[in-house]
Amino acid sequence: MSNAVSALNGQEAKGDVTVRELGLTGMITLRGDFEDENFGAALSQITGAGVPDVRHFVQAGDFTVLWMSPDELLVILPYEKAAETVAAFDAALKGTHFLAVNVSDARALISISGDFANEVLAKLSPVDMSADRFTAGMVRRTRLAQVAAAFWMLPDGSYNLMCFRSVADYAFGLLSTSAKAGKVGAI
Amino acid sequence: MSTRLQSLGRMIDRSKPVEFTFNGKRLRGYQGDTLASAMLANDQMMMGRSFKYHRPRGVVASGAEEPNALFNMGTGDRFEPNQRATTQEVFDGLTIKSQNHYPSLEFDIGAVNQLFARWLPAGFYYKMFIHPRPFWKYVYEPFIRQSAGLGQVPKEKDADTYEHFYFFCDVLVAGGGIAGLAAALKAGKEGKRVLLLEQTADFGGRAVVDGVEIDGKSASDWVAETLAALNAMENVTVRSRNMVAGVYDHGYVLGYERLTDHLSDKSGPRHRLWRIRAGEIVSATGAIERPLSFYGNDIPGVMLASAVRDYVVNWGVSCGDRTVVVTNNDDAYRTAITLKQAGLSVPAIIDARSSGAGPIAAEAEKLGIKVMKGKAIAKVKGKKRVTGVQICLQAGEGSVIEEIACDCVAMSGGWSPVVHLWSHCGGKLNWDDDLAMFRPNPEKPPLGADGQAFVSVVGSANGHLSTAAVLADAGQTVTTNEPAEAAIQPVWMMPQGAGVKLRSKAWLDYQNDVKVSDVQLAAQEGYESVEHTKRYTTLGMATDQGKLSNINGLATLSAALDSTIPNVGTTTFRPPYTPISLGAITGVARDELFQPVRKTPMFQWHDANGSEWEPVGGQWRRTYAYVRDGETTKDAVNREIVNTRENVGLLDASTLGKIIVKGPDAGKFLDMLYTNMMSNLKIGKCRYGLMCNENGFLMDDGVVIRLDEDTWLCHTTTGGAAHTHDWMEDWLQCEWWDWKVYTANVTEQYAQVAIAGPKARQVLEKLGGMDVSKDAIGFMEFKDGTLGGFDARVHRISFSGELSFEVAVPASQGAAFWDALLEAGAEFGVMPYGTEAMHIMRAEKGFIMIGDETDGTIIPQDLNLHWALSKKKDDYLGKRAQERSFMASPDRWKLVGVETLDGSVIEDGAYVPAPGNNPNGQRNVQGRVTSTYYSPTLKRGIAMALVKNGPDRMGEVIEFNKEDGTMVKAKIVDPVFYDKDGEKQNV
Repeated sequence: MSNAVSALNGQEAKGDVTVRELGLTGMITLRGDFEDENFGAALSQITGAGVPDVRHFVQAGDFTVLWMSPDELLVILPYEKAAETVAAFDAALKGTHFLAVNVSDARALISISGDFANEVLAKLSPVDMSADRFTAGMVRRTRLAQVAAAFWMLPDGSYNLMCFRSVADYAFGLLSTSAKAGKVGAI
Repeated sequence: MSTRLQSLGRMIDRSKPVEFTFNGKRLRGYQGDTLASAMLANDQMMMGRSFKYHRPRGVVASGAEEPNALFNMGTGDRFEPNQRATTQEVFDGLTIKSQNHYPSLEFDIGAVNQLFARWLPAGFYYKMFIHPRPFWKYVYEPFIRQSAGLGQVPKEKDADTYEHFYFFCDVLVAGGGIAGLAAALKAGKEGKRVLLLEQTADFGGRAVVDGVEIDGKSASDWVAETLAALNAMENVTVRSRNMVAGVYDHGYVLGYERLTDHLSDKSGPRHRLWRIRAGEIVSATGAIERPLSFYGNDIPGVMLASAVRDYVVNWGVSCGDRTVVVTNNDDAYRTAITLKQAGLSVPAIIDARSSGAGPIAAEAEKLGIKVMKGKAIAKVKGKKRVTGVQICLQAGEGSVIEEIACDCVAMSGGWSPVVHLWSHCGGKLNWDDDLAMFRPNPEKPPLGADGQAFVSVVGSANGHLSTAAVLADAGQTVTTNEPAEAAIQPVWMMPQGAGVKLRSKAWLDYQNDVKVSDVQLAAQEGYESVEHTKRYTTLGMATDQGKLSNINGLATLSAALDSTIPNVGTTTFRPPYTPISLGAITGVARDELFQPVRKTPMFQWHDANGSEWEPVGGQWRRTYAYVRDGETTKDAVNREIVNTRENVGLLDASTLGKIIVKGPDAGKFLDMLYTNMMSNLKIGKCRYGLMCNENGFLMDDGVVIRLDEDTWLCHTTTGGAAHTHDWMEDWLQCEWWDWKVYTANVTEQYAQVAIAGPKARQVLEKLGGMDVSKDAIGFMEFKDGTLGGFDARVHRISFSGELSFEVAVPASQGAAFWDALLEAGAEFGVMPYGTEAMHIMRAEKGFIMIGDETDGTIIPQDLNLHWALSKKKDDYLGKRAQERSFMASPDRWKLVGVETLDGSVIEDGAYVPAPGNNPNGQRNVQGRVTSTYYSPTLKRGIAMALVKNGPDRMGEVIEFNKEDGTMVKAKIVDPVFYDKDGEKQNV
């Protein structure tokens, strides 16, 4: 554990919109049948959260559960808890068809906060970022310029963005450059 | 003289003078000036030379349609050619140079082309330069290239930055004239999300210039009020200096926003490309005035009547003291009246219509302007500047009745609606005989995915020319003070009976120097299609895309063909409306953001230790070799191989694809995907597998391991990871949707290192924490554990032929693990090795490489991989295809090893020729090399090749061709060159 370093080691670009890598974060890909009682029960027992609505997330204590696809969720949690939580899912769902896999190290998580954070994302992703269309609690899997990404809006109006670890540098560069380039003033 | 007037000029701020440089001369303008208006204010009427004949040219228009006034703008890293003076606003420090002249604008050698104009007609280049053939490449083309082109090419890297912006709306309104404003207001009031884009800095369009009254208010008040109302609406976004460049399918629209082009301060993005999804598009793009075709209509000082009016009203600039107005419609009378009211002289209005104008004629005459009906311009006098016009009868052949001295000619041939945005996605046009214009055909709009129109058109763009009609079209009923107008009379040539001498100096396309006579010649030579004529004469093919010339050109063509205008039709309207910068298209994708580079967790160590980078599998960077001081790359590769074979080497294998496949049907699923059995793989074991597509061709390979009862981990090639994952999901989602299998791509979860070489085990033992003995982890087995404090999965697999472990640790620990291996391995002589060493070592072992031995046309049987094709299974993807006669043919080229007799290395891509030629006259071939290297282990060249009946020809000597035309002899051998029995990897 002492050897573990996140992709950008907490890199930050401060400004009107601040871009900051969030460091080591636990992430679990959880696939299964959302309709299945066992699945919902295991999820709420382990994370305290229910299955989120389509393109939404729910937060419960240390856990954030994000909708990824009709049969896939992403559980975000403290890095140290990832392995034990995967084991907990494995135990709770034993005998059913599911997949719980630790992907904490496969991704980078970047925070985008400040005045025109939504416009920074709108410079890079083909998503309607207007204030009344993309609201707190929503999540979107999309692309950030040339790479795959997902982001979601937190209650404080900031956004967390997830990309693959190997392109963390690129994603950070895109976001910090677009933030520095300033406000569009259109949404 | 063109000059600045004492009054007028609603766009300029006389309290804010700016200074700019033109051809080294310092000129003054005001904030709000366009380059064109500022130049005219400085009496700089001549602004460039034409493309072909190098004729002196002045500004013709006042907007985006301008063909002549193009400049090299800026210097050094902000240099850009072909910038349009009518749309570029001046700012302090702006530097421009005129284009297409040598040695100077005033005296230009290329202008001698004019003397030869008789011999430079349409198609001249095609006819002249086709014979003798070799002359084109060596004589004609270099010469033409030197003299061709308008602006210069930028030589330095662009200093500016650019960006994109995604925007979504219900209604996009293109154009901020009164029609666009009214349409936006209407949609805004309906609660729709509206985006209004205006290409210039100013709203209101012509209505403001023409001083129209709308419901008793001045047009400028009406515009200000409407704009204020729009800006007050939350659901409406209004942007200026933002041109709708193109309309594409599915309501996709590009907006081109110019942010700093008008400023001295160049900080921040220069252009922003808006990538818009609009539910509905309203084109309110107005209309463009047409020139008239008469002798000398390109001489500086001959301008569009509306432009002459614009310069006076908008920028307080007179284009001449004495302006003759020539027209075939009522609108140009407004120019005469405006000029007169500004205190300038208008000697005459030459109206081609014998019946003259409507009520506006009386107004003009009341001001003392002479109106000459049924008349035309026979010739414009002057060279670098208009000095006068000769008047004749429009109905005649050009006999001069009188001559009028003047220094400006304001012409109007009528108006053409800007139908570009309507037409980009296939909206059709109707020819309106009464108005002499193409108008959008409401019956045939561009259709969206639902079969409904997704572009509508309002105002002048829809063919409405009066303010009341424009606003009615946009949904507002108003009263105006505009008088009724008399009908336009189409005039495509002036005078109508102009002889060849007049016609050959009557310009249609100013920028590309296409004349009436050129289009007529094209028609004579059989070019009946307007598209062909366009290309033959280059009509409308310049940077202005024929905004002024297209309609006049096709009218001329239709007359020459004795056809009608609608019968000839228009050329195709394609985006962008006016040229947009490459920077805007590129957006943020430049320098380090040009393309994503995928980096492994150990990237920084590699980079700091001599890594020669190689792009692999698209965007990954892998180390080709770690080059030390004093080494060549080849030296480094050889050193890395020898050290791995003798001591121990480290390879960063993190990029290899890793896909989890889990579920009750996972075994069945993998048995279908791989050619061999994976369902019977024991937990804790590894198995090499091949994956084919439905056509039987090899697609990917890799080691599959079984983690538990229903979970497998499939390793793929670096480049095949994403595709293999997609491939799996495709089959699971579309074909075998009822199979219970989940997949997850965990490629990046792990940093993976191959530790290979006779001392590999010692290194791991030094790290400690796991039993890595042969008994604990046998060849093709794996174990999870803790190695030197790292969470590790240790595989005993070998791609090098040596004793080899591949260790996967969580990616976040990858860099530390790499450091730990280097430290633990120091005493055993550990050295990292790159991809080239990996390639050579696998070739020495006769292992195939996807992409080298395979190219999408190779089946496993070609590579003698029959052992990996399960005979126990009923089916696997590719099995059926491999049974087809051609695939099963014994004549297919098959993999063998080859060794040159002289020890040299066969060249990459070399063929094995066979006797005789094929039916196409090409040399027959019987094989080709697939991998070829110098083996430092064997100290000779080794290669693998696909050869016809190869495995049956062991020991035979064949010949490979070389680039120098000679051949090299090589013996067919077993492809396994090194440690055939695998004793080294199995210790």
